[in-house]
Amino acid sequence: MVEDLVVAYGARPAVDHLSFTVAAASITAILGPNGAGKTTTVETCEGFRRPTAGGVRVLGHDPHRDSAWLRPRVGVMLQSGGAWSGVRAIEMLRHIAALHAEPLDVDALVERLGLGSCGRTPYRRLSGGQQQRLALAMAVVGRPELVFLDEPTAGLDPQGRQSAWQLVRDLRDAGVTVVLTTHYMEEAERLADTVHVIDAGRLVASGSPAQLTARGAENTVRFWASPGLDVRSLAGALPTGSQVEEPTSGSYVVSGHVNPQLLAALTAWCAAHDVLTEGLAVERRTLEDVFLDLTGRELRS
Amino acid sequence: MSLILTPAPGAAPLPAMVAAQAGMEARLLLRNGEQLLLAVVIPLLVLVGGQQAGDLLDLGPGRRIDILTPGVMSLAVLSTSFTSVAISTGFERRYGLLKRLGASPLSRPALLAGKVGAVLMVEVLQLGLISVVAAALGWQPHGGVRPVLFVVALVITGTLAFVALGLLMAGTLRAETTLAAANLGYLLLLGGGGVVVPLHRYPDGLQPLMELLPSGALAEGTRDAFGGAALGPGPLVVLVVWALVAGALTVRTFRWE
Ligand SMILES: Nc1ncnc2c1ncn2[C@@H]1O[C@H](COP(=O)(O)OP(=O)(O)OP(=O)(O)O)[C@@H](O)[C@H]1O
Ligand SMILES: [Mg+2]
Repeated sequence: MVEDLVVAYGARPAVDHLSFTVAAASITAILGPNGAGKTTTVETCEGFRRPTAGGVRVLGHDPHRDSAWLRPRVGVMLQSGGAWSGVRAIEMLRHIAALHAEPLDVDALVERLGLGSCGRTPYRRLSGGQQQRLALAMAVVGRPELVFLDEPTAGLDPQGRQSAWQLVRDLRDAGVTVVLTTHYMEEAERLADTVHVIDAGRLVASGSPAQLTARGAENTVRFWASPGLDVRSLAGALPTGSQVEEPTSGSYVVSGHVNPQLLAALTAWCAAHDVLTEGLAVERRTLEDVFLDLTGRELRS
Repeated sequence: MSLILTPAPGAAPLPAMVAAQAGMEARLLLRNGEQLLLAVVIPLLVLVGGQQAGDLLDLGPGRRIDILTPGVMSLAVLSTSFTSVAISTGFERRYGLLKRLGASPLSRPALLAGKVGAVLMVEVLQLGLISVVAAALGWQPHGGVRPVLFVVALVITGTLAFVALGLLMAGTLRAETTLAAANLGYLLLLGGGGVVVPLHRYPDGLQPLMELLPSGALAEGTRDAFGGAALGPGPLVVLVVWALVAGALTVRTFRWE
């Protein structure tokens, strides 16, 4: 869907030769730090920005040329704003619904996203989370077949986040294709079928959350036992390439290609040396680790 | 309540979209204090004040209220269709509303039609109110169907021209600049078009130019119609030309974000 896309503001490209496709009826997360080019990418797909080079096809169409065909079919949640300053939340949602042929039941959507509490408050005085819920509601009220959600849960409380996630899953299960941006690793990991990690406008990794976290198999086993075990002897008993450390007294970290053979060798060594572990955990890398590895641990400006 | 999320995309019929947009914008306009001041309070103040201030403001021969009322009507049309539209649209762009609508099934022409519709609805209220107050002050317009139809045509074409000019401004300038420029434009069109003070009170050399301004054409045309003068197509032609030129420029330059 996105082919070799370049979008530049002035001389500096914000999106640099990005390519990916999105499967129908799936959830795709575009993950990246601030300024990575997430908004630029989705807004190009929405037809708000023109590619400097490369191209984008949305549902097989050009977002610019075929905008009239695409607009009813594509739901859009902007990263911020998107309402009159004096409008009431439900009034705004009804208005967007009125522009569509077969909108969702507005009352049910209001209830589902907890918008009822907004009452008669004008948009500019709504809390950040309320504005965010309204933006999400506006994106889906027209019963689109594809939705772009730019940071759908930024600023939501835990309940709001859960209900937004559930709505996104239900959308996919109903056959809607969802593309969302986020910098919450947890969100990408729990929600997405496919994750594209972008940094400084480039694609740095793609795959399912499981594929991304399994990559390199740099997982670890951690166990606790009496201090001062002979880690060298243990490492020798494990498959080649395994390393054993005792970073703090009595706490051991085994790193390497973690598989059942490694675990069997570890427990066999413990049995041979009469060591009873007090706890043993296989630690999967989280997407957060992957994200930080890929995009660097430094906070950049 | 269960929510059926299966896709069923589609745009509402065009007339329904335009009606929804017009109704929404009219409601918001009437809810906004400053806009209401501009749309209703100021014209009524000019009407009542102008009627009282005979020594300060020389309107020329004739009954004062009969000269004043058509001018105040033009003032009301100008403030809603030009100033209010420019300012509110500038902020609509600033707050991402135009971008949001740009992602909805509402097309640009439908948005424009909605804005014109909203302005016309508000103008019906304004002109109704002004007529009632003016009648109470003794206004005696020349009756008949022809003058009224002529004024209706003037108001519609004038509204088109002013909305197009307002959008041209809001679509290209920043919101704050639009706010300043719209107020400045309002004053220039007001003074330069002889809206309240009839054109024949201005220097002879200026009058033909002023008749070519949209505000001049609207005000003079309205005064002629209600004053029982012969009705020529001149003012209508001027307004149609302004509407076409500004409309074409707006369609080319308008930015949604
Ligand atoms: N209109 C613009 N003019 C100039 N530069 C821009 C513009 N919009 C974005 N940029 C720059 O392009 C880069 C990518 O911005 P973008 O908004 O796409 O990032 P993002 O990934 O959405 O970030 P965030 O997580 O903060 O929302 C940034 O360096 C930003 O400063
Ligand atoms: Mg962004």
